[in-house]
Amino acid sequence: MAIHIIDRRLNPGGKSLENRQRFLRRAKSLVQGAVKKTSQERDIKDVLEGGEVTIPLDGMHEPRFRREGGTRDMVLPGNKKFIEGDYLQRSGQGSAKDSGPGEGDSEDAFRFVLSRDEFVDLFLDDLELPDLAKRKIAQTESEGIQRAGYTTSGSPANISVSRTVKLALARRIALKRPRKDEVEELEAAIEACTDEEERAELVARLEKLKAKTKRIPFIDPLDIRYRRYEKVPRPVAQAVMFCLMDVSGSMSEHMKDLAKRFYMLLYVFLKRRYKHVEIVFIRHTDRAEEVDEQTFFYGPASGGTLVSSALQAMHEIVRERFSPADWNIYAAQASDGDNSYSDGELTGLLLTEKILPVCQFFAYLEVGESGGSAFDLSDSSLWTLYERLRNSGAPLSMRKVSERSEIFPVFHDLFQRRETAQEKAAP
Amino acid sequence: MTERLFEGADWDFHTLQRITDACEEVALKDLGLDVYPNQIEVITAEQMLDAYSSVGMPLFYKHWSFGKQFAYHEASYRKGLMGLAYEIVINSSPCISYLMEENTATMQTLVIAHAAFGHNHFFKNNYLFKQWTDAEGILDYLDFAKNYVMQCEERYGRIEVERTLDAAHALMSHGIDRYPGKKTLDLREEEKRAGRRRQHEEEVFNDLWRTVPAGKSKTRSAISLERRRKLLGLPQENLLYFLEKSAPRLAPWQRELLRIVRHIAQYFYPQSQTKVMNEGTATYVHYRIMTQLHQQGRISDGNFLEFLGSHTNVVFQPEFDDPRFSGFNPYALGFAMMQDIERIVTNPADEDREWFPDIAGKNDVMGVLRDVWANYRDESFIGQFLSPRLMRHLRMFHLHDDPEERAGIRVDAIHDERGFRRVRRELARQHDVGYIDANIEVVDVDLAGDRRLILHHRVIKGSQLNETDAKRVLQHLADLWTYDVALIEVDANDKVLREYVVSPRPIAAAVA
Repeated sequence: MAIHIIDRRLNPGGKSLENRQRFLRRAKSLVQGAVKKTSQERDIKDVLEGGEVTIPLDGMHEPRFRREGGTRDMVLPGNKKFIEGDYLQRSGQGSAKDSGPGEGDSEDAFRFVLSRDEFVDLFLDDLELPDLAKRKIAQTESEGIQRAGYTTSGSPANISVSRTVKLALARRIALKRPRKDEVEELEAAIEACTDEEERAELVARLEKLKAKTKRIPFIDPLDIRYRRYEKVPRPVAQAVMFCLMDVSGSMSEHMKDLAKRFYMLLYVFLKRRYKHVEIVFIRHTDRAEEVDEQTFFYGPASGGTLVSSALQAMHEIVRERFSPADWNIYAAQASDGDNSYSDGELTGLLLTEKILPVCQFFAYLEVGESGGSAFDLSDSSLWTLYERLRNSGAPLSMRKVSERSEIFPVFHDLFQRRETAQEKAAP
Repeated sequence: MTERLFEGADWDFHTLQRITDACEEVALKDLGLDVYPNQIEVITAEQMLDAYSSVGMPLFYKHWSFGKQFAYHEASYRKGLMGLAYEIVINSSPCISYLMEENTATMQTLVIAHAAFGHNHFFKNNYLFKQWTDAEGILDYLDFAKNYVMQCEERYGRIEVERTLDAAHALMSHGIDRYPGKKTLDLREEEKRAGRRRQHEEEVFNDLWRTVPAGKSKTRSAISLERRRKLLGLPQENLLYFLEKSAPRLAPWQRELLRIVRHIAQYFYPQSQTKVMNEGTATYVHYRIMTQLHQQGRISDGNFLEFLGSHTNVVFQPEFDDPRFSGFNPYALGFAMMQDIERIVTNPADEDREWFPDIAGKNDVMGVLRDVWANYRDESFIGQFLSPRLMRHLRMFHLHDDPEERAGIRVDAIHDERGFRRVRRELARQHDVGYIDANIEVVDVDLAGDRRLILHHRVIKGSQLNETDAKRVLQHLADLWTYDVALIEVDANDKVLREYVVSPRPIAAAVA
């Protein structure tokens, strides 16, 4: 008997992937809740690392007709001291449970592991980039080239040989151009022919054929086809994210931490939508500078506060390195709201004239000390200024945050999918 | 001395071939087994997890519940809570055995002997498998099912299909024919006929469901109960079958889905009835083959010890007061009984001659065992072949737990002269699937009135249905039936204990 031994190890794995996705889709709202809960307990650094989540089993239960209760009979092994007619106390060790090995169905909660991608997808699922559609036409597109059929004119480099030959062949057949072997056959016949009269007739036929061959070219200019290309608009697949932060003495570590968390979320979010995401860190006191991430969050700095300096720096960087035609520009500014009184005018002007027109999205995050509810305080100078700008129609998003736990809700709120893309709700 | 099959733990495909050949020689010549052609496939742990989540089958239609299984198994496997099986074997022809690549050479030998010869022989020869399963056709049928479900999803939407399958799965344990019908199942033919049958049924008008008023005289003379029952084939315990044939408003593709689920449930039905025998057979066969190979000098002493280690783990039976106890281990009980039969056949005591006059001292061990393997299922096997000696050895006792009894749980019988028969009867009963599953039947449809479907659950020993689950299953049932469904729990004296009535959900709401 022939026995087949097959190595299946190289077969593609992940056969269950689709079933798994179906399961996740079905459990979506449950899993999403679990993901949010899990992510709150984690460091922002590994918030999107995937990992184990627990969902209540209830929604995923597969019901069956099960019986329970009533009188039970069971046969067990390992009798040590019982004899017929003995009675065992119910609560005691004597009564063995006859539950089968748990299939997960008997548990109240269901634990399983999500991959990083699954986690991020669920984490950011109901978020959307604001206002993208509107600006797409104006700014987020570049041109690409795409094949689009054939044309009768074009550059020699673009001649499509196969297409040309095909057309030539069709034309030759249609016009009955003599084939090469036809001519050769005739020539051979003439060679072999002995009868003069017949020979003359054959020669005449050959001449006729040759003339016809000459009249009908092998390839006619009419046959020539060129590959045609079309220009198509192609959305820009890269984004730059500007992180602006006030690092003057009034910003505490806690505030910086809040800002950092917000930037992280924004980064992860952008990363989902764009192939390349660049980050530019601009910190400012009374003057602004572009710095690396380490310095941005932890470098010491002191001085007054001039917000306009950061905006000016951003504007210059955009002009030099990130042409709005090629880049999607996102900016998030974090500050405790302090600004020099005299700077308000300039800040407003820079923002409305230079920055907002090139940005996809500009968010202002006002960070406060932990414990103090930001909403009780009177509005800061920057908040007042920005609010005025927004009320006069500038596309600004602004929120106040003072607790770590508020970061995600605020972020979520900012990017939530909305039926009307209008960004109005302000605290 | 014969050449060793392998040295140490490593193996390659050449070794596997040699091992299989050696096992085959022992299995066919010494044990006289009769097997389907074998196909042995080596897979990785990940693939094993995949297989776990599609009830062990190499291909299956897509459904979220398998994804849930997968997520569950994966999580517990990663955490080390669960080891994976060494093999999975499929009742098909050729008989496919999946071996894990991590197994050592000894383990591969054990597994090949166990699955490719032990289980294989059982699948091919046991009467239940012969009657209810079609080993040649199953893989093709699963392929058909997979494609059919996929097509339905494309045509009618994933959610619609999922809802039908959810409902069918809930009723799966009541989608089985328990008594042999006119002919055995031919899954290949089934697949071919699927299309034609649907076409035919769409064309045929079922007068039962006439809704157009047909004149006073006819409506008034309601069809008699007997006639009605006959037309609908009642009482019917196969709920899926009943729905497939008689549910008034199912689309043809939904009926086909119910049929697919029903066929698959039927395919697994013999396996659930023969756990002890199936595993007992395979364990007995691997034990015989391994011992034989060792005696021939083809397996070294060291490797044989490794085998004995795994074998002992497999047939370990914790006692009832052991924290590891979770019922009888089918491997342990089955193997012990097979060995016990061997003893009775070759070296019976007086007691055995009295209890088993037919086989005691017959000396043809394999002849007796092959006959047993072919003609019994767990219930009848235990009911006939569990010997007093084994009951004493395992120190079995029977507990009777009546909630009404204040004094506690009564020890009804133990392993003594008075108790042997009662213990044995009770243990056999525990392995009777017909006794374990709730006895639910469709008994009537109110055709004249609101078309309510009426089911009875015949309660045995006061054990009623779990309420939450019952309501959910009935909800699924009502969704398929599209009219009200009533389930009445009655005891042996026809006294009504409880009544459920469930109405179908409107389609949109049912999605949730």
